[in-house]
Amino acid sequence: MMSITNLQDQYDVVVVGAGPGGMAAALAALRTGVDSVLMVDREVEPGGILNQCIHNGFGLHHFGEELTGPEYAQRFLTDLLDHHIDIATDCYVLDVTPDRLVTLMSPSVGVRQVLAGAVVLAMGARERTRGAIRIPGRRPSGVMTAGLAQKFVNQMGLLPGRRAVILGSGDIGLIMARRMTLEGVEVPGVFEIMPHANGLTRNIVQCLHDFDIPLHLSTTVVEIHGRDRVEKVTVAPVDERLQPDLSRARTIKCDTLLASIGLIPENELSQKLGLRIDPTTAGPVVSSTMETSRDGVFAAGNVVHIHDLVDFVSQEALLAGENAARYVTGRRPPADNIKLNAGTNVASVVPHTISSDREHTVYLRVRHPLEKSWLRLGEVYEKRLRYVVPAEMVSLKVRPRFLEHFHGDSLTIDIVPRDEPGREEM
Amino acid sequence: MKDVTIIGGGVIGCAIARELTRYRLDVLLVESEVEVGFGTSKSNSGIIHGGHHTEPGTLKGELAWAGNQRWVRLAQELGFGFRRNGDLTVAFDESDVEVLERIALQGRERDIPGVEIWGPERIRLEEPNLNQDIIAAVDGPTAGVVNPYEACFALIECAVANGLELRVNAPVTAIEQGADGLLVHAGGDEIPTRFVINAAGVHAEKVARMVGLLEPSIRGRKGEEYLLDKRLAGIVQRTIFPCPTPNSKGILVIPTFDGTIMVGPTAQAVEDLDDVTTTAVGAASTFDLARRLVPGISERDCIAEFAGVRAVAADNDFVIGPTSVAGFFNAAGIQSPGLTAAPAIAELLVTMLGDAGLDLSPRPEFRRTMPRPVHAASISIGELTELAERDRDFARVVCRCELVTEAEIHDAIRRGARTLDGLKFRTRAGMGRCQGGFCTPRCMQLLAADADGGMSDITKRGDGSWLVLDRGDLRGEEVPA
Repeated sequence: MMSITNLQDQYDVVVVGAGPGGMAAALAALRTGVDSVLMVDREVEPGGILNQCIHNGFGLHHFGEELTGPEYAQRFLTDLLDHHIDIATDCYVLDVTPDRLVTLMSPSVGVRQVLAGAVVLAMGARERTRGAIRIPGRRPSGVMTAGLAQKFVNQMGLLPGRRAVILGSGDIGLIMARRMTLEGVEVPGVFEIMPHANGLTRNIVQCLHDFDIPLHLSTTVVEIHGRDRVEKVTVAPVDERLQPDLSRARTIKCDTLLASIGLIPENELSQKLGLRIDPTTAGPVVSSTMETSRDGVFAAGNVVHIHDLVDFVSQEALLAGENAARYVTGRRPPADNIKLNAGTNVASVVPHTISSDREHTVYLRVRHPLEKSWLRLGEVYEKRLRYVVPAEMVSLKVRPRFLEHFHGDSLTIDIVPRDEPGREEM
Repeated sequence: MKDVTIIGGGVIGCAIARELTRYRLDVLLVESEVEVGFGTSKSNSGIIHGGHHTEPGTLKGELAWAGNQRWVRLAQELGFGFRRNGDLTVAFDESDVEVLERIALQGRERDIPGVEIWGPERIRLEEPNLNQDIIAAVDGPTAGVVNPYEACFALIECAVANGLELRVNAPVTAIEQGADGLLVHAGGDEIPTRFVINAAGVHAEKVARMVGLLEPSIRGRKGEEYLLDKRLAGIVQRTIFPCPTPNSKGILVIPTFDGTIMVGPTAQAVEDLDDVTTTAVGAASTFDLARRLVPGISERDCIAEFAGVRAVAADNDFVIGPTSVAGFFNAAGIQSPGLTAAPAIAELLVTMLGDAGLDLSPRPEFRRTMPRPVHAASISIGELTELAERDRDFARVVCRCELVTEAEIHDAIRRGARTLDGLKFRTRAGMGRCQGGFCTPRCMQLLAADADGGMSDITKRGDGSWLVLDRGDLRGEEVPA
């Protein structure tokens, strides 16, 4: 993929990021009828983190079939290239102003400014690091995030070490446990501080159980040893307050420690733009059209909230791209009239507002696992849920008929145990 | 025959090296690590102390203020960052205020300009995010911040440009009496030399024992530091000190030169002089104490942690000067405020060497300045646009968190970076919030290309700290440690 060398001075829509979010947003914008779209990405190839996800399991919802990450990305890229789109790769966005002047730089165009009719932010996320959780001990080489290890193995043909302990049961860590085992790297175990896994159930089964890799819940790494390279780690069980019980600590020999301890939305540009940020998602507050607190600035994907499946990123980004195009062409839908609040056992709700005249898909994260539960949307709707876990998003279709008799301006969503009777049974 | 061999490439050794290259001398610096500044110096708080904190009647006290005054010019000449951000030492009660009055008096007695005591209103006005219970503070406007590793690189690059011979990966194993001087065994070589300067930091006692000296005795005092996200930039302008106790300056809140906030250092006696572990206890107490000064500080913003070991001599003061072994000089026991004092320590030692017969004829061609490395993050978009027109590598971002371009990486490699840490400390690539999660592969590729080597040859900080293996390595032999 050659990055373009002739940038226009103005575009209808500029999409920041060419991962699954950016590609879907760009595609939807083009399909909604704008003339010019520029999609920008820091990497040399579009596709984002999908390019290093060579395992399958992508696309079941969106395409109805199982694809690898690069295949999933290619589907969108092929569609995009059927339209007229400018793609600037190896290109870094330095700044976006509230009046949507985008400053970017790349070796092919130098430092340039382009004016955007609308902007879609789709910068994705970065991984939490060792420093974020302050693992005590020394700082030898061999401590890295699971995603960095994935890039080394899958894109560069290199191995992170011979024997790798994995801290955290995030999906990338689970996938890497299997990937490294296949490459001949020993994986003595995955250690998770919480009493429940943080990755998808299917990844626990397919990446750990199928390969006899033990998952140690309520256990964490309490010290890293080794002057130059990791030599061993000390692990210990934790109590309910997540405090380690050092009397039950043990050491494990290894030369590598992979951290898979969560993702953080990449919102440096959002902060420069002064967007309102939701402290629970660490992403911008968005309306039902994925518009942020700044006019004409939209956002989608992991930059808004961390998703479990890429398929939902695509769906959300298609919505963002479509609405960015509607914004530019003066076909903006009426403003939202209902605010959504996260209630009992709900960590986050996206979007933050909805409108009573359209159907919306609302994404939720629970705080604690529940086997059987009720999801309640204020007093207007409830449904039964099974097996909610923090690792998997809950989606809720909010239909206009739920709201026919609702005249308030905010609704709280609760997810509560089902041992209480539902209202219909009261 | 070398005129002078300096043992140790920390900030003290580097400052002495640069000072000695002013003269017509053949000078060698031997460093056990792969690059200079990789020991205690890189783990330093980076504070240039105002000069009013140290007690009178000590060498530390004398040299701190003398050193402080030299940093502005040094930073200008050598092109590294230095900011006089000032410091505030705060009091929570009346007994603290008595200590502050003594500190302010120390400042006045040394003629340090601007040292004065502030009341609550002035404190709220200047530093609104401090704990509202603080009742008084000493303002020390002469204090500043540098990046200590940048200072080491700048000093050594200037010294090398002026003819210093630098040998890295060259630990000193023995020192013998030679025919007309000393014979230093370092990195497999025997180096005859007239004068030896022991600037070996925490290992200075070990080096002194090689020539049969029982002094100085060096104990380790570990300091843990925690680096916080740039999100907190501006929460304080000045370095904030609690009221000191007889044993410690306490936990500080430090706005680093680059805009991050650092909290620390702890002070813990350690047996193992290489004990640079961080601890859960250290982290907890550091954040508790830092929060007492600035309530807005939180563990949640931590992006990195590190520790260094201070070299503490028996009487808690610097040990600088000749010894009973002819030609063997110490620059040892350089604990806080050693970084501040470094330029003055270097000048003092050179004077002492002159007194001992070293011929200090000036070298007219001495080059005092070095070009200031470009940091894309700290120039305007206009300047960056111009640079990118000339060199497109200035338009290719390698480290997204700290905005480091490929041109800066190339420059750092040209200046001597050989390891991932060497690149990081010269350019800040990998020092930001993602801690190298994204830029590590590209940095390694650029290092490998320069060395005509493979990715598996690149290390974090020298032998043994390999980063990746080639697929074939798993089937082959163990990688040598």
